[in-house]
Amino acid sequence: MTHMPTALGLTASLAAALTAAAGAAQADDMKMEKCYGVALAGQNDCAAGAGTTCAGTSKVDYDGAHWKYVPAGTCVTMKTPTGMGSLEPIKS
Amino acid sequence: MPSPLPAAAGLGFKPEHFATIHQTRPALGFFEVHAENYMGDGGRPHAQLAALRADYALSLHGVGLSIGGADPLDRDHLARLRRLIDRYEPESFSEHLAWSSHGGDYLNDLLPLPYTDETLALVCAHIDEVQQVLGRRMLLENPSTYLEFSQSTWVETDFLREIARRTGCGLLLDVNNVFVACTNRREDPRAYLADFPLHLVGEIHLGGHDAEFLPSGPLLIDAHGSPVADPVWALFAEVIDRTGPLPVLIEWDNDVPDWPVLLSEARAAQSLIGQTMTGRSRHALAS
Amino acid sequence: MHSHPDLIAAFRDGLATGTLPPGAKALPAEIDRRFAVYRNNVTHGLIEALATRFPVVKALVGDDFFRATARLFIAQHKPTNPVLMLWGEDFPAFLRGFPPAAGLPYLADVARLEYARGIAYHAADPPPLTGEALARAATGADIACVALHPSVQLLRARHAFVTIWAAHQPGAAPGEINPLQEEIALVLRNRLLDVEIWRLTRAESLFIVGLGKTGHLLGAAGAARVADPRFDPTHLILRLSAAGALISRETTDV
Repeated sequence: MTHMPTALGLTASLAAALTAAAGAAQADDMKMEKCYGVALAGQNDCAAGAGTTCAGTSKVDYDGAHWKYVPAGTCVTMKTPTGMGSLEPIKS
Repeated sequence: MPSPLPAAAGLGFKPEHFATIHQTRPALGFFEVHAENYMGDGGRPHAQLAALRADYALSLHGVGLSIGGADPLDRDHLARLRRLIDRYEPESFSEHLAWSSHGGDYLNDLLPLPYTDETLALVCAHIDEVQQVLGRRMLLENPSTYLEFSQSTWVETDFLREIARRTGCGLLLDVNNVFVACTNRREDPRAYLADFPLHLVGEIHLGGHDAEFLPSGPLLIDAHGSPVADPVWALFAEVIDRTGPLPVLIEWDNDVPDWPVLLSEARAAQSLIGQTMTGRSRHALAS
Repeated sequence: MHSHPDLIAAFRDGLATGTLPPGAKALPAEIDRRFAVYRNNVTHGLIEALATRFPVVKALVGDDFFRATARLFIAQHKPTNPVLMLWGEDFPAFLRGFPPAAGLPYLADVARLEYARGIAYHAADPPPLTGEALARAATGADIACVALHPSVQLLRARHAFVTIWAAHQPGAAPGEINPLQEEIALVLRNRLLDVEIWRLTRAESLFIVGLGKTGHLLGAAGAARVADPRFDPTHLILRLSAAGALISRETTDV
């Protein structure tokens, strides 16, 4: 029973939230045009992932025999205990 | 072969061009998409394809069935294709004389097969199954190839003709693939085209290629990342002159250019199709 | 005679090793280069597919490192079907167990986030609750149930994966990031079909978990209050509804 006031209060805020959402959604429904999902100009749809291909490439990419790479990317300043670290290449 | 697609130039649809296409509604015969890129459940790809399909004829081009593979066709994939076809009712469905899957691995490339009685029977059985599941006739595309197989006992044109005879499928003639494969085999593309069963062709593809140089001559790569090359335009002009108007697709899949560049390629193809219709100035672009 | 399966298997294996498949024919001086076109197409095509799916992972490690890593991943985790939009689910776990990337412990979490974005992008299109349906729910707020749009995914990480991801988006202001900050992400697709990533508090995440399990708004809000007695669901409900992420329980199976 001690929880009742809380549950009542919560139900009241839920009702208020749903009523507000209903109002906003009705406004949306009114002005809703058919959505084709036009991305903003210049915006990449990275989430789409790559598509299939029926074309080949002349960019050479298959030969990766020797591991000699260290991460060398980010443009973000990271605050870490070890920094970006110097990484030992895998011994082959 | 009469095609349900309009006998006009079409373009491969790229999502980055959607807004321009939707706003300007350019006069084009059709759009073509890779079936596999529309096998998600929903979201932007389907919203755009539905809008495009409302305005244009549609060609669905599969790249993943592995018709020339040794494994049975992927039933799940065929079912996905069937759903897509039921949903969008494309005017055409086409696939490749190639393989791309084996033993559960999908390799995302169109890989070559030898042309033998064994592979002929296998490819025909696969096409029979596709046409049965999809409930429609498909077009089979001639491949770009970079090497040959000593096992082959059929030449490609005869192999394609026999597949079409046995299965009733039509053919998709990729003129760039003809130029690439024949150049790589050190053969004459005109001889290949003279031997090609053009009456079975339901669609033509044109695209750009890259070139490397080997001791014996050029090695052409079907890269779809540049304008259609002049010798390919010349071959196309000769082909379309013989066949009369057909649906013709410009393929540009890598380093996709701005819309006006693509559109001008389609206009160039359209102009050659138009010349066959009016019967004037034959071979105008053959130089 | 069944030579075709043997040939295809040898061709596929040769793509990795360089060993020519039986019968491959060209001038001896050129044959390896010709076969290499196929080797290259397969590897390059799959690396590009992965790079397009995980652009922030690529930015975090740089192009050379990414391509070399992708090559190793591809050797072990080829796509199993041509629907490439679903491929890459194993990439975060691969990165987590990849010694050369051990200095970037947040990398796998960023990869999980990027994979989830792709899933949201391609998720199904059940219609959002209408204003009418929401108004009906408001009249029985104690028993009202909703479902979450299939694009909605909740992810927790021991690293600042949302902040790191956001810092790699166009126009992001440079700033120092503490990658060891725990974060909770809600990934979803909005009504304009764009994918969004929201940072949630722990209480908000419990509300989402509750909605995902039972759909019962009051129960979910009660669970959130256990974590934070001051939790008020109003803001999150408005946000979810505006994004079209609240749907009917009856449409979850379409």
